[in-house]
Amino acid sequence: MRLNICNGTQKFMLNKIEFLLHLADNALIIGHRSSEWCAHGPVLEQDIAISNIALDYIGQARNFYQYAALRLNELPPESSVFNLPATEDTLAYLRDANDFKNHLITELPNGDWAFTTLRIFFFSSYQYFLYQQLIQHEDAQIAAIAEKSLKEVTYHLRWSSDWVIRLGDGTTESYQRMNTAINALWPYTQELFQENNFLQPAKNILAQIQIDWNEKIKNVFEEAGLPLPEKSIQHKGGTQGFHTEHLPIILTEMQLLQRAYPNCEW
Amino acid sequence: MQNQQDVLFQNKVDKEIRIEPKDWMPEKYRQTLIRQISQHAHSEIIGMLPEGNWITRAPSLRRKAILLAKVQDEAGHGLYLYSAAETLGISRDEMYHQLHTGKAKYSSIFNYPTLSWADMGVIGWLVDGAAIMNQVPLCRSSYGPYARAMVRVCKEESFHQRQGFDILYTLGKGSEAQRKMAQDAINRWWWPSIMMFGPKDDESPNSIQSMKWKIKRFSNDELRQKFIDVCAEQVKVLGFTLPDKDLKWNETRKHYDFGEINWDEFWQVIQGNGPCNKERLEARKKAWTDGEWVRDAATAYAAKNKAA
Ligand SMILES: [Fe+2]
Ligand SMILES: [Fe+2]
Ligand SMILES: [Fe+2]
Repeated sequence: MRLNICNGTQKFMLNKIEFLLHLADNALIIGHRSSEWCAHGPVLEQDIAISNIALDYIGQARNFYQYAALRLNELPPESSVFNLPATEDTLAYLRDANDFKNHLITELPNGDWAFTTLRIFFFSSYQYFLYQQLIQHEDAQIAAIAEKSLKEVTYHLRWSSDWVIRLGDGTTESYQRMNTAINALWPYTQELFQENNFLQPAKNILAQIQIDWNEKIKNVFEEAGLPLPEKSIQHKGGTQGFHTEHLPIILTEMQLLQRAYPNCEW
Repeated sequence: MQNQQDVLFQNKVDKEIRIEPKDWMPEKYRQTLIRQISQHAHSEIIGMLPEGNWITRAPSLRRKAILLAKVQDEAGHGLYLYSAAETLGISRDEMYHQLHTGKAKYSSIFNYPTLSWADMGVIGWLVDGAAIMNQVPLCRSSYGPYARAMVRVCKEESFHQRQGFDILYTLGKGSEAQRKMAQDAINRWWWPSIMMFGPKDDESPNSIQSMKWKIKRFSNDELRQKFIDVCAEQVKVLGFTLPDKDLKWNETRKHYDFGEINWDEFWQVIQGNGPCNKERLEARKKAWTDGEWVRDAATAYAAKNKAA
């Protein structure tokens, strides 16, 4: 979606909308991945747990999309070339991959249970510290969504930390698989702290989130007996719409019906 | 030959006194229940597959959330039911083993493919609907843990049926293409749904004993008729038709007459020759095999931390 900039107030609002879409896209895409486990989990209780987490993510995405749509619909029509009126569904189902602003880490395929739980651990640690900042956001609606989501994320973080520890300190095989997952995922972690022009609150907050995040990872890895990875290549671009090959495939699947049968109620 | 214990047991059942895990029960009663409850549990778990299929393709975020919650409920039902079966002295692993080796059966309905979004509507409306019809009487099963599990299950099933009906209702009010999609799904699922009540009464050998033990309260044909009567009315509200040219209200019987069920297809699917028998079982086996190292790691971790 290209948003044409008009004046100062609108520019401020457009930034906020892009930020909301970024938060929503992150939640939707990792929610999509988590939902792929439903009916295929390693044990029934965990099938239920990860489906629950997927539901939380989709709920967060809906809250952010709904609020973004509300704000978008208040803008003068000429400031947006996007289908108006916007709804949570036009935003999720009718944007192309290069409009999506999610971090790359959310779109990678699930891999095995080690990869899946480690991804959720990395990502929910990030969300945990981010939402703690957002509950103080000057926009009361953002603050409210963050507060509600923070409760869920706190659980995701505990659940995924437990799995990282359990697999790190489980069997030789689970330790090795966790190691493989660390090496595969680490190159997608630093994008989480990369500055971008729409990110609110103030940019220096990301630096603080990164410090807290590093501390959290260090502690959990220590308990799991897992090594912290060396510096590695870092991939980025998701927030600017430069994605991996996986995102267009996710969207093709997800958007199928909305694209094939336009303007329908479901 | 009837011994004292058998007589006492039957007296309790006749007086509607619940049988609990520690109570004495005839071995045949235990075995029948294990078979029935584990079959039911497997059906919940296998049943997650055809619908789980469409979670990533749900056409709106609201529908996605509802479908995901629904499929997750089915996992919960599986869990309650496996726990109920475990009170009879069989482990969940053993029941899985029976499922994976083909020894245990599950509801044949899940061996049919889900080919469009409308199938999510029809499964909710017809499949969950038939399940409710079958299961509400089980809330009064003579076996306590099963009856209690069924009370929880049935509450959620009625929400499942409503969301399915709602999907179809929305499609019915939609475009020509949506209406076509829905009618096609109804056409494919109708006959398999009414087969869910099992063979005709005169070909259902276990039924009489099960009725006497009150682990079954109505006959297959009674429940099937009741279901058909309800659906024949509901389909009018939806604005669709059921694919049975013989479906007609019979004023004398005060029931709908219906056409001949294809029993050959019914037995074929039970014997493993349905359209998706192989895929469904393979998917469950794969989840179980792929998960083995995870379960092993969890066990190893728990053992270490207990020791520490
Ligand atoms: Fe169920
Ligand atoms: Fe059921
Ligand atoms: Fe159900």
